[in-house]
Amino acid sequence: MNLDALWPLIQFLVPFLFMFGFVVALMLPTMIFMERKVSAYIQDRRGPNRANILGIRLFGMIHNVADVIKLLVKEDLEPKAADKTFFRFAPFLVMTIAIMTMAVIPFGEPIAIWGKALHLQIAPLNAGILYIFAISSLSVYGIILAGWSSGNKFSFLGAVRASSQMISYEVALGLSVIGILIAYGTTDLAEMVRAQGANPLTWGVVLSPIGFLLFLTAMFAETNRMPFDLPEGESELVAGFHLEYSSFKFALFFMSEYVNMVVGAAVISTLFFGGWQVPFLSTAMIKQNSALIFSGMMISGGAVLLLISVSLIDAIRRPFFAWGDRRDHEPKVFLPLTLLGGVGMLWLGLGVIPGLDIAKYPWFPVVVVLLLQITAFCAKTFFFSFFFIWVRWTLPRFRYDQVMQLGWKYMLPLGVANIFLTFAFARLWLGWLR
Amino acid sequence: MIVVPRPAYSLREKVYFWEIAKGLLVTFGHLARNLWGAALRNRTIQTWEYPEEPRPYPQRVRLLHRLVKRPDGTPKCVACYMCATACPAVAIEIIAEPSPDDAIEKRPISFVIDELRCVMCGFCVEACPKDAIRMDSEVGDLMGTRREDFIFTLDRLLEMKPRAGAYLGDRELEAKRKAGLI
Ligand code: SF4
Ligand code: SF4
Repeated sequence: MNLDALWPLIQFLVPFLFMFGFVVALMLPTMIFMERKVSAYIQDRRGPNRANILGIRLFGMIHNVADVIKLLVKEDLEPKAADKTFFRFAPFLVMTIAIMTMAVIPFGEPIAIWGKALHLQIAPLNAGILYIFAISSLSVYGIILAGWSSGNKFSFLGAVRASSQMISYEVALGLSVIGILIAYGTTDLAEMVRAQGANPLTWGVVLSPIGFLLFLTAMFAETNRMPFDLPEGESELVAGFHLEYSSFKFALFFMSEYVNMVVGAAVISTLFFGGWQVPFLSTAMIKQNSALIFSGMMISGGAVLLLISVSLIDAIRRPFFAWGDRRDHEPKVFLPLTLLGGVGMLWLGLGVIPGLDIAKYPWFPVVVVLLLQITAFCAKTFFFSFFFIWVRWTLPRFRYDQVMQLGWKYMLPLGVANIFLTFAFARLWLGWLR
Repeated sequence: MIVVPRPAYSLREKVYFWEIAKGLLVTFGHLARNLWGAALRNRTIQTWEYPEEPRPYPQRVRLLHRLVKRPDGTPKCVACYMCATACPAVAIEIIAEPSPDDAIEKRPISFVIDELRCVMCGFCVEACPKDAIRMDSEVGDLMGTRREDFIFTLDRLLEMKPRAGAYLGDRELEAKRKAGLI
């Protein structure tokens, strides 16, 4: 086998499978589940808990399955007035663009393997951030096509709102990162993460806090999330641009919103929170102390799992309360798993690793680095994905004029000022740290 | 004329981020509390899982009507029309006939309550001089697909059984509640 010929394929496939699996197969259902359960818990409700498979309801996660089945078997309506070609094309465009953005996000330090560097990034572009802006501004097309081709006034109004909002906030979005672009001196996302270093004090959020807030706000507007979800304003537009869509075409819009959010969260963590950098642990440091760090990870993970088991035992032992859920079988199902996992991790961390001669396994430090960095990246992305949901259930919606006012009158000037502020501050701060 | 002054926003409120952070903390508090409660099955979310967890009725609950029988099985009702007169929803229709028993003047040959009209006010129970109509049957939630399902005739009303089982506030129920058993 000629490795050189296969290499581009491997270089593409490995990060692609990971990213696709993480965003679409893992985060997407989690986000939809969290949207329901977190909103329920924030509002002191119980949230979804009816759908089940043989009595196992997984705290409402089975509702996702029910959703998919429902959306697949529902009738696919197409309004008479719709422009059929574009009507069918729009959801695919929106979904494609949402997924495309994740191509440039790095999720780990490039690993040396078979004498080559495997970039943990689907497309190691040196214009990474520009690519993200270019692609994300395309998503307006999908939305306006959907709204216009539906042949419905409400959809069209929603699409117009969406496009004007997204275009306005794109300006602020672009401006807010210029400061840190100057500070890092690169547009390559992988380089930017490396430039931020493992010390949280040199991360983008410290160098450019205003830029971070502006970027976060603009991201909310870009993904049409809650304080800015005017394109869907139920009370005035019924459902906005996807009003006429049903069945799986609607599902595509629905999912693309969440994919957008997850990718947005990944971009935020990459630009401002050091991407895959593990706080305080640089790659070299992890490699040197891989055994120690790995057993530390295992021990803390095992301890957490054992704590969870204790609470599960408590839940099983405890009598049902009037407000408790009489149909909960999950603790009994999960208890063996958490117990086994916890004991196994503790055994690995305390028993196996300390007695191991690490020098014999040259791949061991690489795996630890990979594990830690991917975990760090996923954790950051998860947090910001959760943040999107958290904010949605906290803030009320803006009026449309307020959205425009905020975008043009406050965020734009602030974004311009932020360029200079960040530049000056980053210089002074980094100089002072050294 | 009263002019209510609009409170001016302070600088902190105008900057907005501080207030957002405060709001986020409030919602996160609820989330954390309820997550904790869900893990330990506490009573943080006071929702009843209704069909699986039937709620105990309060003692003064008004359930569907029933007509009480005499020991010999005839209706206790003397067709005095008190309940029909008291009914604000005009839900009761009675047709009377002379009773064969001389001690009792009249008896109903037809006693119809239209439960679709009834507003469950309980005035009929209050009005009845014979304690013949009561609102303590087993049925609290009536379902039907046709209009006739809700028309309660004399026979149907006589068939309704009184509700057995504890009410909220009963002594043993309260003891269980205090012990955290329900
Ligand atoms: S409960 Fe009220 S409305 Fe219903 S039948 Fe009796 S008096 Fe009429
Ligand atoms: S008030 Fe009582 S006794 Fe009189 S008609 Fe009504 S149910 Fe019968």
